[in-house]
Amino acid sequence: MARADPWQTAEVAGPKKAAVLNQAEVAMAVIRRAKRPLLLVGHRAAEITLGGRPLIDWVIRLSKGAALPIIASGKAAAALVGRRYPPAACLPVMDAANRLADPAWTGIDGKGGSDLVLLIGLPYPMAWTVLSGLKHFAPHLKTITIDNVYHPQASLSFPNLSEEEWAEHLGALIEHFEE
Amino acid sequence: MDRKGISLKIGEFASDVGQIRDLELTVGRITRDTWAETMGPTPFPGVTALRSWDRLLLSRYRPFYLPFCDLCCLCTYGKCDLTGGKRGACGIDMAAQQSRIVLLASCIGAATHISHARELVTYCIGRSGTTHRIDVGGVNVEVEAPITRLVSGVRPETLGDLERVLEYLEGQVTALLSATHTGMEGDALDFESKVLHAGMIDQVGMEVADIAQVSALGYPKADADAPAVPLGMGTVDTRKPVILVIGHNVPPAVGIIDCLHDRGLSRDVEVTGICCSAQDMARYAPGTKVIGPISWQLRYVRSGIADVIVLDEQCVRTDLLEEARRVRSPLIVTSEKNCLGLPDRTDDAVDQIAADLAAGRLPGALILDPEKAGAAAVETVLRVAPERKKQGVLPGLQALTGDADRCRGCVLCRRSCPNDLPIPEAMEQAAAGNLEPLGALYDACVGCGRCEEACPREIPVHSCIIAACSDRLTGETFTMRAGRGAIQDVEIRKVGGPIVLGEIPGVVAFVGCANYPRGGNDVAEMAVEFAWRKYIVMTSGCAAMSIGMYRDGDGKSPYEMFPGAFEAGGIVNVGSCVANAHIAGAAVKIASIFARRNLRANYEEIADYVYNRVGAVGVAWGAMSQKAAAIASGFWRLGIPVIVGPHGSKYRRMLLGRADRPEDWCVYDARTGEKVQVGPVPEHLFCAAETREEAMVLTAKLCMRPNDTTRGRALKLTHYMDLHRRHYGMVPEDLHLFVRTPADIPITMKDEVQRILAEKGWEETTIPDPTLLLRMIRAGKG
Repeated sequence: MARADPWQTAEVAGPKKAAVLNQAEVAMAVIRRAKRPLLLVGHRAAEITLGGRPLIDWVIRLSKGAALPIIASGKAAAALVGRRYPPAACLPVMDAANRLADPAWTGIDGKGGSDLVLLIGLPYPMAWTVLSGLKHFAPHLKTITIDNVYHPQASLSFPNLSEEEWAEHLGALIEHFEE
Repeated sequence: MDRKGISLKIGEFASDVGQIRDLELTVGRITRDTWAETMGPTPFPGVTALRSWDRLLLSRYRPFYLPFCDLCCLCTYGKCDLTGGKRGACGIDMAAQQSRIVLLASCIGAATHISHARELVTYCIGRSGTTHRIDVGGVNVEVEAPITRLVSGVRPETLGDLERVLEYLEGQVTALLSATHTGMEGDALDFESKVLHAGMIDQVGMEVADIAQVSALGYPKADADAPAVPLGMGTVDTRKPVILVIGHNVPPAVGIIDCLHDRGLSRDVEVTGICCSAQDMARYAPGTKVIGPISWQLRYVRSGIADVIVLDEQCVRTDLLEEARRVRSPLIVTSEKNCLGLPDRTDDAVDQIAADLAAGRLPGALILDPEKAGAAAVETVLRVAPERKKQGVLPGLQALTGDADRCRGCVLCRRSCPNDLPIPEAMEQAAAGNLEPLGALYDACVGCGRCEEACPREIPVHSCIIAACSDRLTGETFTMRAGRGAIQDVEIRKVGGPIVLGEIPGVVAFVGCANYPRGGNDVAEMAVEFAWRKYIVMTSGCAAMSIGMYRDGDGKSPYEMFPGAFEAGGIVNVGSCVANAHIAGAAVKIASIFARRNLRANYEEIADYVYNRVGAVGVAWGAMSQKAAAIASGFWRLGIPVIVGPHGSKYRRMLLGRADRPEDWCVYDARTGEKVQVGPVPEHLFCAAETREEAMVLTAKLCMRPNDTTRGRALKLTHYMDLHRRHYGMVPEDLHLFVRTPADIPITMKDEVQRILAEKGWEETTIPDPTLLLRMIRAGKG
């Protein structure tokens, strides 16, 4: 499997595919350039561990370091609340994506919509369809996926990564912001 | 109702007045209308007759498209790249292309149900005659066909009356399908309106199918105490010859059951079924065995238990001929829609067919006469069973370990698995002798077999998963309440008020296929949760089986824990897929029987009533098929929201409301004509949920309606807040949107809610007599 093959073999997108994020610096630059970035966190972040630690803890570090407000779906929201780091909004992912696709959306704080969203912890097929919806119907929005699987429908995506590589990639990204 | 086909032909007639030659006079139909109700505005509505209603809904619930790919590949202009706002060679853009695909799916679904209905009506007429009366509940059901009455404006009295309805449906589905041709419809919302039309006619088709079979085949008739039927592989007596029926169209199964009865063999042969044919077999003969949902096909066939396999139509694996060959089970196919390349033996003698199948001269046969198919299946199983000795292809322990040892961890199985199951890791463990991780995959496995297709070393991965927990498979012994069919009028009278006032917090229907993200237990647990909370829980098809495959701490199934009546805290199995019409039918009957709204061809008004008053939600947690798409579309047009599981996002489009836009949530107060803000109720028409927990919270929320009384709204809010807090660890952020007056606040949560309302700057609003339709405003009408 190449690093930029869709994780689910048959999920072949078409002519417009995500650029592969091999270097944390690139992701950091994109996030820094964004005016109103958001982090969309799915339930898997509350279920899996990475490098021996719950993924949700990595998410919190990233959110704090990069000043990324979180929209969390279901279980992820509960996990964040349990760690006394409540999300900026708790919305089903479809609801969140539908609002993100609207250039007139006033955002989770009423001050404006987003120009960048990072995704982590969603089931692959759901992330796939949501990213496709945003790719086609939200030209004002960039999408980055930071799971350990390549998502061709995103603007930028981590490649397919082993758990160790994922921890390295995510860790490097977080550390850049924490420096 | 009516009779058609009177024809008068005069070759030559001479009289004093003159001469007539070759006169031909045809009267297409004579209508005998005994229904006194005034005809409503939209009898037999055409494709655009309800377009304005659709536009009302679609202005609130705008489509959010989720394309599968960037291209359109439907004609030879293509492939066309539709990215970045580009249009294809025919001029279509991505939004219209997606809605076109949704319409295609809905047309496939509707055509399948309507064609199935045609087969059943023809079969039932052949069995009982055109004048056989429609009877779905004796004196307990006067409104026997609420959807048909609502849409077509006719009240069918006999099986023959259903034919005219079918002609209408067949015409509509053809017209709708034609709209997907290149260079036809080009507007996304008009495609969506057609999707809703497809859904509506699909509901009629399902209703026609089910009332025909209920009337002619002696199924339970609106019976809350329909018999308990055995469910699961463990219920099969494998010492006996076993016939397996798979599909949705029951006549061949009836043929088998009747033949066994006539030959005095009912106790000697096991008749087993998978998917909706099993549901309907159980309604016909409760002694038959329901094996499980659609995803049980491979595991059961490969177990080798079935000596003869009989297929009819819909959701049948298309590789079953190969699978049947592997276990040396003759295959009989019975539908012209599913011939599998087998020779047509319809005109041959039963003995001859059975002899050829038993001797292996034929792997299978096409038999288009259901009675003969039944007789051939019986004769064949008697000849084959003693020789076959239930030979399956599931590996034994040693072979399994050997297979696992061949795995090189390429991960292709996992990458092809819809649920991303960690198969390679489990195979590695199995190779070392630890079968537990492999067996643990069983619950979440949807039985698609894609893992095996992907494996470059041809390891029978799916079989390995099944074999790793073979004890569980053979230990599956459950019960399910047989499908009861319609809801009684008297039940509607009892609960209509509490539902409309919100005092029964909602009607939740768990329906659809078995493409679950984490197994069927999710569906069962959701059903049990809502039944405990005194919602009315309805179910059908494969979902009803998944609910049956659950036991509480005392070993009871949900069908033993809760009654089968349409009442608060009931779990109501209506039957197979086509019995879904009774779920929509119950909502329609609330408007008609409880609220006394005219039903006849009065779709828009009834849908407006249901949308604003009946807190019903469909949950199709494992929706997979195009039929499921059509069924959902039928609910949407009636204003009933549908939630699907994460795989449901692959239907390529959601219909989502925007709670953050107050201007979207106004209705007219029918008393005064004033526009009133009622909050986002129901918030969405179609939404995929990520997890079971999210689906439950969403379900409770989507049961709210503008018409709820304060007591009803307080009850619904209690459930919403309780589920939200339990699963999300916090009070819902949108709580203030659902409180209209202080009396809406649940008493036990008063302080907390009042604090939140103060923070949000909440203001009290009025509770209207809600309608979306200008013509329903009574003010000024005298």
